Amino acid sequence: MPHAVEVTGLRKVYGEKRAVDGLDLHVAHGEVVAILGPNGAGKTTTVEILEGYRSRDGGDVRVLGRDPQDGDRAWRSRLGIVLQSNSDLAEATVAELVRHFARFFPDPRDPDEVIASVGLQDKVRTRARQLSGGQRRRLDVALGIVGRPELLFLDEPTTGFDPQARRSFWDLVESLAADGTTILLTTHYLEEAERLADRVVVVRDGHVVAEGPPADLGGRTARQAVVRWTQDGRTHEVRTDTPTQTVVELTATLGGEVPGLQVLRPTLEDVYLSLIDGAAS
Amino acid sequence: MSEVNTRTRLPGVLRLGVARTGYEVRAFFRERDAVVFIFAYPIIMLAIFATVFGQDGATVGPPPGIPFAQYFLPGMLATGIMLSSFQHLAISIAVERDEGGLKRLRGTPLPSAAFFLGKIGSVLVTSVVQTALLLAAAALVFGVDLPTSATAWTTFAWVFVLGTAAGTLCGVAFSSVPRSGKSASAVVTPIVLVLQFISGVFFVFNDLPTWMQQVASVFPLKWMAQGMRSVFLPPSAESWEVSGSWQHGATAVVLLVWAVAALVVGVRTFRWQRRDDG
Repeated sequence: MPHAVEVTGLRKVYGEKRAVDGLDLHVAHGEVVAILGPNGAGKTTTVEILEGYRSRDGGDVRVLGRDPQDGDRAWRSRLGIVLQSNSDLAEATVAELVRHFARFFPDPRDPDEVIASVGLQDKVRTRARQLSGGQRRRLDVALGIVGRPELLFLDEPTTGFDPQARRSFWDLVESLAADGTTILLTTHYLEEAERLADRVVVVRDGHVVAEGPPADLGGRTARQAVVRWTQDGRTHEVRTDTPTQTVVELTATLGGEVPGLQVLRPTLEDVYLSLIDGAAS
Repeated sequence: MSEVNTRTRLPGVLRLGVARTGYEVRAFFRERDAVVFIFAYPIIMLAIFATVFGQDGATVGPPPGIPFAQYFLPGMLATGIMLSSFQHLAISIAVERDEGGLKRLRGTPLPSAAFFLGKIGSVLVTSVVQTALLLAAAALVFGVDLPTSATAWTTFAWVFVLGTAAGTLCGVAFSSVPRSGKSASAVVTPIVLVLQFISGVFFVFNDLPTWMQQVASVFPLKWMAQGMRSVFLPPSAESWEVSGSWQHGATAVVLLVWAVAALVVGVRTFRWQRRDDG
């Protein structure tokens, strides 16, 4: 079966700036893929090309088997799109909006169930204007999933959420993934990518610099432990697969207690930052 | 596969157009400021002008003359149509574009035809309500005698429909002009205000300088006001028109040309996203 998303050699130029520069991306059906990257890396540009909002200057793109530039209504009805946060929809209530958007689709989910699944069942009669930031974002998601999409795009879905709201949002995404929805999300939060994604794609300067399951990202070297200590008034650092051995040797060399000893296991964030910085320098 | 068939059976454009109309009308009536302004403005203006100019029973034109309320009613009707079509759409679509509402809709299988049907439908509903309110106020409060002949109401109907069509299409096309949602009313309102002053809405059109009359003749509002005068003023008033005639043919042509031109421009220039987006 072909992939849900197939992108090869994608390019997009704005004036002098190459916003997307030879980007490759494949998302299998049923897979959850997170695109990570600093601001201006080309994440949103890429996603909006896949959604059919922007044209491209080069490369081949297939989303659910079609070129997004020729996407018709039937194709759109298989997508769910949650854009970066907006301020529209002010005067309509949650129930009105979800029911209204459900009518656009051939086989929508039950609006009341959708509202409950995003945790807005107590806000059905509340106007969008009166929702908090996190509640508004959950309404955005409700409108994105009410059409029962095969492929769901989530562009920075939890920006501005408090930790509790973020966790309940993650549960929602996991249940959508468990139902077989293919999900492509962009995020700034590594914890989010680690929790949700089968695969993480790190994008910098418009192309992919690393990809893999969150636990393997950056390769073996990036996951090595770091042993840090102080000697002659300076901080020393060694990367190693055998930190215990290193500490034993240090103890022998320094004759006892090692000053300022730290043994660090890199988090996904450390790996991510080294990918972003390493490529930049 | 039957499952594939049910998935691809998309809802019809007309049905969605009706759904959009309902949604738009409800949204309109919840924007209380806009409702008060668009509905009350023509009525308040009619009240002010009829009262100020009509003091001590003064009238317009040669004796026996026409009461000021009756004389200004056609211009206020034309203004009302322009407010609820052109001004409302030009501002609200610019705001929706700026806030990302249009982009959101563009990402769903809602066809653009259904979106525009919803806009047209909502303008029809609001302008019918508004016109009815203005006519009721004129008849009940200011004692204007409304015409009784079928011919007059036929003229009223086509001027109303053509004026609303031209205003709606111009509003859609013009919504791309303001650079942001915030600036939209600052860009649109002055245009509407100037047109009101030069098109015979607030002043007797014959009293305006010739060059002003000529400028006004380029734009639809003058023709809508003139068409409405032919409905609500007595036949004798036709000789006071600048051309000495109600010019029904020219009125229809000008309104149609504006409608078609705006449609062509609108189709080519309409954007679902902000200028700086994509």
